[in-house]
Amino acid sequence: MTRYVLGRVVAAVAVLWAAVTVSFVVLYLLPSDPVSVMLDNASAGQTVDPAQAAALRAQYGFDRGPVEQYLSQLGHTVTGDLGTSLTSGAPVRTLIAQAFPQTAALAAFALVLAVAVGGGTAVLASWTRSSRLRGLLLALPPLGVAVPGFWVGLLLLQLFSFRWYWFPAVGNDGFASLVLPAVTLAIPGAATVAQVLSQGLGAAWRSPYVETAFAKGASRGRVLGRHVLRNAVLPVLTVLGVLVGQLLAGSVVAETVFSRQGFGRLVEQAVTTQDIPVVQGLVVVAAAVFVVVNLAVDLAYPLLDPRIDLTGVLRPRRAPAARRTTALGRAA
Amino acid sequence: MPRTTPRWRHVAAVALLAPALALAACAGPGGAATQGGPAGAAPTGDPTPGGTLRFALGASPSGVDPQQVGTNVSIYIARQLADSLTDQDPKTGEIVPWLATSWDVSDDLTTFTFHLRDDVTFSDGTPLTATTVKANLDALTGPFGASAPLAASYLAGYQGATVVDDHTVTVTFDAPNAQFLQATSTVSLAILSDASVGADAAARLQGTIVGSGPFVLKSYTQDQGAVLTRRADYGWASAVSDHEGPAYVDEIDFSIVPESGVRAGGLASGQFDAVGDVLPQDVQQISAAGGSVLTRTNPGVTFVLQPNVTRGFLADVAVRRAVSQAINRPELVDTVLSDAFKPATSVLASTTPGYTDLSQDLAFDPDAAKAALDAAGWKPGADGIREKDGQKATFDVVYAPLFTGSQAVLELAQQQLRAVGVDLTLRQVTPAEQSALDKSGDYDTYYYNVTRADGDILRTQFPAAEGNRNRRPADPALDPLLAAELTQSDAAQRADTIAQAQRQIVDQGYAIPLFELAQSIGVGAKVHGVTFDASSRLLFHDAWVEQG
Repeated sequence: MTRYVLGRVVAAVAVLWAAVTVSFVVLYLLPSDPVSVMLDNASAGQTVDPAQAAALRAQYGFDRGPVEQYLSQLGHTVTGDLGTSLTSGAPVRTLIAQAFPQTAALAAFALVLAVAVGGGTAVLASWTRSSRLRGLLLALPPLGVAVPGFWVGLLLLQLFSFRWYWFPAVGNDGFASLVLPAVTLAIPGAATVAQVLSQGLGAAWRSPYVETAFAKGASRGRVLGRHVLRNAVLPVLTVLGVLVGQLLAGSVVAETVFSRQGFGRLVEQAVTTQDIPVVQGLVVVAAAVFVVVNLAVDLAYPLLDPRIDLTGVLRPRRAPAARRTTALGRAA
Repeated sequence: MPRTTPRWRHVAAVALLAPALALAACAGPGGAATQGGPAGAAPTGDPTPGGTLRFALGASPSGVDPQQVGTNVSIYIARQLADSLTDQDPKTGEIVPWLATSWDVSDDLTTFTFHLRDDVTFSDGTPLTATTVKANLDALTGPFGASAPLAASYLAGYQGATVVDDHTVTVTFDAPNAQFLQATSTVSLAILSDASVGADAAARLQGTIVGSGPFVLKSYTQDQGAVLTRRADYGWASAVSDHEGPAYVDEIDFSIVPESGVRAGGLASGQFDAVGDVLPQDVQQISAAGGSVLTRTNPGVTFVLQPNVTRGFLADVAVRRAVSQAINRPELVDTVLSDAFKPATSVLASTTPGYTDLSQDLAFDPDAAKAALDAAGWKPGADGIREKDGQKATFDVVYAPLFTGSQAVLELAQQQLRAVGVDLTLRQVTPAEQSALDKSGDYDTYYYNVTRADGDILRTQFPAAEGNRNRRPADPALDPLLAAELTQSDAAQRADTIAQAQRQIVDQGYAIPLFELAQSIGVGAKVHGVTFDASSRLLFHDAWVEQG
């Protein structure tokens, strides 16, 4: 187990290194020069003294060669120094530290909503004997995936903020301001959870052990809760890792529509203004979140299904059971 | 992560919702806009002090240091924190006293002596002295100038400042500098306390700012907003203000709300008292709730197509004139913009001091345009696009969609040009790419505007010697005018020079003006006294909110 975790940590470091490297290469290849961008933001079209521009270029290290810039950036990243924003002058670490808790709260709430609503929909559709209700419930996930997030956000605002004054339209103040953006963010996630869980439940109901359970006299509710659901929930866990990434990405829309401070807004701002150090810092942090979440998901498998043995991942040729685990690990 | 943004942008565009990213009506490569006069709703009854004014900005400020920031939204905050030596009357363009009660300018426009008020204090309690003014100017012309390029450009040729006595300071330039007096009224040359002048540039952007303005910064969070509180002991507002004493509202609470529909809905539902960047489609919702929309045209260079005269179709001046004649400017404004906007009637906006009306030269005349193109040898081709020697009558425009209406305006211009057999290709780029293209010259026309409440803006945008966006050879009829303007102390003479320069630029097709940018501010029914300064940036000193 320890060896498995160590292996994953090494892999995580490799992913982070790749994130820094790829983002550096992509951003370095952009046609524009960060100092020009910075000066254009501030100078309102006036001609800038070339000597001053050169001084600024030297201050930020943009006058050095690409290899030197890359190594220096890599070194700083290792020590946790993500550089300084070109537009605001604030340390990137501070900007991300300010933004991240807001998005974490939003994403966590949205994740809870997504699992509760999505899971509830799938379970209800699976449990009900009314085919009409089931049809209705199963039609919801495709709809949830299809509606654009910003449209849902604006609709919720029009109704619940501008017309009925239930929730504030903007801001980061307290739980009330979290509700509408979290609902907006949760809808596609809930739809994904519902779809995956419905499929899993459908397959599980057809399994032989269901018949066995019924034969032993278990009720429909008990069969669903004790046997079917436990087997169907594993793919959902796999999806959760991806879902966290989706929530992070979706925060760009939710935070813009609801004018919240957070990770998504920071991404939007930094990309728009080509604030390269901030973009790179965000890439690293996003990669780190993704790595951590997926590791957590992998470690949770054995808790749900004792047949899964994580040590097998490192020795896939050992037994058929281990091979199966490898497939799951990759899917995550 | 970044890849998520374009996808969402695309979806947003498909849905015909104004992309949240394109909100800065004010931020051309040149920043913001204006039109003269107090724009606030006429006060009804006496101002009632107290309360909080909640303002929704359309975009994130880049910081709060008056000397460093360039975008409108940043200036909306920064301008309240600091005062300048002089102020500019938005109605007349006249320079009036503010921190300086009077000034003497030498005949050769190289020496400016300012006599300062003796009762001004900064919010940290230190008094305004000649030494502080000198420290501000010295810093802006030193290494700090790289972080404040606009201010530094106003001080080009700065030789030094001399402290004559506690409240008299003399500023000297090595060449005549006619634009300097107006520059002292701008937010870029606002005077900060000694403590702020010595502070780190990045820290200043984040809020280490001590000024003498009617408000002080209580808090500022990047990308979230700012809270300003009023200074109870303020008593030196400029002559342009309605009153001299402290501001009326206790606090101004700025939040950043990128979606225009959310700003309008928030204003209509009473969650905001005022909002920036109102789009035409939101005006109805605001007026239905009893609010109003204040507008003012930005002074400075209007939105123009500035041609690279070395390239293809537009290399011929007769062709550039014909293109200008083929554009129906009133139609651009009436069809795709709101009442707030005006068709361009010169290369300068009508609110710019020194503006001259060239509407005759910019009249819509498609028949004359066709005749001129025929005469220049461009004959209609099989597909309706003119041709000459196997070359098509086509040119491109490079634009960054900083102002929300730009694309619609350019698409309509495209249709108008098509009607006379000319093909216009739209090349949308990011602001950063546009800036890179500006340096490389790889464009047929360059689309932008710049805000400045002084005709000197032509000198920074159109000379052959510097920048040279036209890529043109020296023009003996224009370049001397641009140089002369800076040396002329007689206002009428200088205005005449600037008028001649406008005529020459329009006549030679060095710029094809389209429309004047305007600021559009929504205010709630209970809000009064929000005003525009001469550069069309907001002032809150006279603002008050009906209580109860």
